[in-house]
Amino acid sequence: MTQSSWTPDQPIVSLKNVRKSFGELEVLKDISIDVMKGEVICIIGPSGSGKSTLIRCINALNDIQAGSITVEGHEVHNPDLNKLELRKKVGMVFQQYNLFPHKTALENVMMAPIKVLKQSKEEVEKRARALIKKVRLEGKEDAYPGELSGGQQQRVAIARSLAMTPAVMLFDEVTAALDPETVKEVLVTIKELAEEGMTCILVTHEMGFAREVADHIYFTDRGVIVEHGPPDTFFDNAQDPRTKEFLSQIL
Amino acid sequence: MDIVWDWFQWLYDEHGIKLTIFYDEWDRNRFFKGIWTTIHLSFVCIVLSIVIGICGTWLQMSPLVWVRRIIQAYIQFFRNTPPLIQLYFFYFAVDTSVSGLLGVHGGILDSYGWAVVSLSFFAGAFNVEIFRAGVEAVPQSTTEAATALGYTRRQVYQYITLPLAFRVCLPALNNNLINLLKTTTVAYAIAVPETLYISNQIWSDEYNVFEMMNVVWVIYLVLVGFLVWLMHNWEKSVKIPGYGK
Ligand SMILES: Nc1ncnc2c1ncn2[C@@H]1O[C@H](COP(=O)(O)OP(=O)(O)OP(=O)(O)O)[C@@H](O)[C@H]1O
Ligand SMILES: [Mg+2]
Repeated sequence: MTQSSWTPDQPIVSLKNVRKSFGELEVLKDISIDVMKGEVICIIGPSGSGKSTLIRCINALNDIQAGSITVEGHEVHNPDLNKLELRKKVGMVFQQYNLFPHKTALENVMMAPIKVLKQSKEEVEKRARALIKKVRLEGKEDAYPGELSGGQQQRVAIARSLAMTPAVMLFDEVTAALDPETVKEVLVTIKELAEEGMTCILVTHEMGFAREVADHIYFTDRGVIVEHGPPDTFFDNAQDPRTKEFLSQIL
Repeated sequence: MDIVWDWFQWLYDEHGIKLTIFYDEWDRNRFFKGIWTTIHLSFVCIVLSIVIGICGTWLQMSPLVWVRRIIQAYIQFFRNTPPLIQLYFFYFAVDTSVSGLLGVHGGILDSYGWAVVSLSFFAGAFNVEIFRAGVEAVPQSTTEAATALGYTRRQVYQYITLPLAFRVCLPALNNNLINLLKTTTVAYAIAVPETLYISNQIWSDEYNVFEMMNVVWVIYLVLVGFLVWLMHNWEKSVKIPGYGK
């Protein structure tokens, strides 16, 4: 069994004592995080602290050496995991957008539901057009990624993930490569998503945004969770000296 | 048409330029059949060599070491030996031993068939290398995004990697296919009745080496020119707006 039953009163994403190494380098040391359905959590921390690795482990882009990860009952750590079933549940948006450059915005959004979920083209197209509208890119359906700005590409990438109707969305520093003016348009899109009740796990350097949207903040440093808490407590009342130092540098 | 044939007859009568392939019906028929054979042979080999290239590249990314080794050995063998020897090897050695093994009389393939096999494997070996370079140029982050969306390994290759790799390696593929078209002339050596073979027969019969040599030049210039034109259009038609400058 790689899947146990899941009920909404249990965490939708649960990491327990997760360890991850790249060869000798231990990148995640005993990480435990629980995320309830509809929660938005932000992971912050210095560069190289393992934030990307952590979020990549959740949809099995990286494997883990110890501990357990479950997503809606799917045992991600289990070698017999059906990765396809897991990835239907988990959407991921990357720092570099990673759109398919040979497909138009609309095709980028439509491809996975058609090829992976085998849904009918007409139905998918309707949904895809609605999603493009939702991320405020009406009129750009037929543009290729190379013809879109970074912020526009990132919103197509968000729509592309949403087209798979995931239960959880992972965002890895999705505004880090953007111009300051376009950061906002992407953040607005994510915020709307969060308000609609999407479960979101975000890695971000945008502290103001984290404070605004997050239900819970996790601060990681060198592969451990140093401190975590609701945004107000976390930002105003940080206890650990490492957290304080990080916040003083970034705020 | 007759007026054209008559004009070449006149050219011979008046100036001694002996292009029997135009005014002599027998020569004309065999010559145009020769050109057709060249076109046919080239087309079949181009298609097969591309298929070999695509499959070989896929197998080269296999997690199984011995699969990768076999492909590597295949590439090394066909890249580093002369195509004429490969052709002889298939036509004389492989054909006899395989038909002996199966107890078939008169060989399992004719000379045309062996030319197809041999030349396709020859050009296919280069195509594997060319496609691999293209595949390596596709950013891992792009294929990873597809993986995260639930694409299987094969789907990633088919829908993302290959279409992007193709665009990167079209110029190199171009060169290899032109080379393949030119290399079909080695089929001469096992009596495949292609352009060069027929031309040679004609100039032996008619004593018009000089004229036929010039005709052969022109034929290959036109055929290669046509292929270049086709590939160029293909390259243009798959160009992605705003991608790669
Ligand atoms: N595929 C890999 N192979 C080897 N080491 C890796 C690999 N991926 C990441 N690492 C190492 O793991 C550590 C954590 O990397 P990670 O990308 O998770 O950090 P991060 O917190 O996301 O940093 P940033 O804020 O710069 O994105 C780094 O030291 C990095 O060099
Ligand atoms: Mg990172």
